[in-house]
Amino acid sequence: MEVPVLKQGPFLIATVQAALTDDDLIQLRAAMIERVVTSRSQGVIIDVTAMDVMDSFASRTLREIAQMIRLRGADTVIVGIQPEVAFAMVQLGISLEGVITALDLEEGLAYLQHKQKGVT
Amino acid sequence: MVKETERAERSSTRTQTFEGAGPEMGTAVLLRELVAHLRQSRTQLREEWARRITEAQLLTAMNKDEIFAEATAVYDQYVEALETGTFEALQAYARSLSERIIPRGVETHEVVGIVLLLRDVLARSLFAKYQTDFTKLNRILDAYEPAANRIANTVAVGFVQERERVIRQQQEAIRELSTPVLQVRERLLILPIIGVIDPHRARQLTEQLLRGIRTNRAKVVVIDITGVAAMDATVANHLVQTVEASRLLGATVIVTGLSPEIAQTLVTIGVELGKMNTVGDLQGGIEQAERLLGYKVVPIAAATATT
Repeated sequence: MEVPVLKQGPFLIATVQAALTDDDLIQLRAAMIERVVTSRSQGVIIDVTAMDVMDSFASRTLREIAQMIRLRGADTVIVGIQPEVAFAMVQLGISLEGVITALDLEEGLAYLQHKQKGVT
Repeated sequence: MVKETERAERSSTRTQTFEGAGPEMGTAVLLRELVAHLRQSRTQLREEWARRITEAQLLTAMNKDEIFAEATAVYDQYVEALETGTFEALQAYARSLSERIIPRGVETHEVVGIVLLLRDVLARSLFAKYQTDFTKLNRILDAYEPAANRIANTVAVGFVQERERVIRQQQEAIRELSTPVLQVRERLLILPIIGVIDPHRARQLTEQLLRGIRTNRAKVVVIDITGVAAMDATVANHLVQTVEASRLLGATVIVTGLSPEIAQTLVTIGVELGKMNTVGDLQGGIEQAERLLGYKVVPIAAATATT
């Protein structure tokens, strides 16, 4: 299942649908870095609102995506992690360490715009 | 084994046995005789029982009329249980009685006390009635005692179970009350924790907080543990998890009010303190939160001076 990726000004927004298989995640990783390059994006938001479970493979892949996009000088923000999913993740010791997270799309965009202005 | 009987049928073919009773054949007859006697002497035995309750200074939370009313109900239930050999009605009555009297402050020893007094009052009346026929008295008592004991047990257990239910309910209510999630500024939540945190409460806390972060779209949370005396490794880890989970929802957590004991515990246990943002007290925590959110608080005089 392909994840829809939309362009919003200098940023890309990828909206994940409910159940992502491992292959879907690998495909997403390849697609994101390619899109960042071709669109010369300055930031990426990956919206996981619809994900009701986040396992260690998903978390690792998201970290890898963020690292790859960082090499292109852009930031990645993961948004929309549900309270139940967050709770399950910390209990299982699955962390999204080093990855920027925000509550939702609005917050994610606010962060990227803030970063873009060069204010720290 | 207690066999259930049809209440409607009062024929002589009805049989019933109680545990430890004498020869089966005679028991049913004896119990019927016993029940008949108890019904006949109802008025005087009830009064005697109510009198003895007052003498023993039990049920002081209730007035004389109330005691008599409840005594009547218990008496009738008692005789009914003896007659039918079934205890469901009695159990149900015991629970409903407990629901009524527990809020009045009636204690367990009072409930057990009054049931045992009734048992004594009825036994004495049996002694009085059958004093000339020792053999018969013995057989009547053989039939009466197991049933009376079971009744006392049923009532006492019903009362204690109701008390335990109330206590559990109150504990739950206290838990809810003690972990309010409060919004003090736009995007800023405070979670003041008071008392003992056990793993169950820690979990409830985390769930409440995460929901609060989402609902209020909070960016900063101040968790104040000034009111928490001590914390063990398990709870400390729960706190770290709460901080991490909050971060996944885009919120920064500041923990304030760590007591010297807790500070020592955390360091000794080796909790990953790098993941925790801590400030001395609640005031300091709120001030830092405001800075993070881009607020600056100035006295009104100073503010107007610059305009």
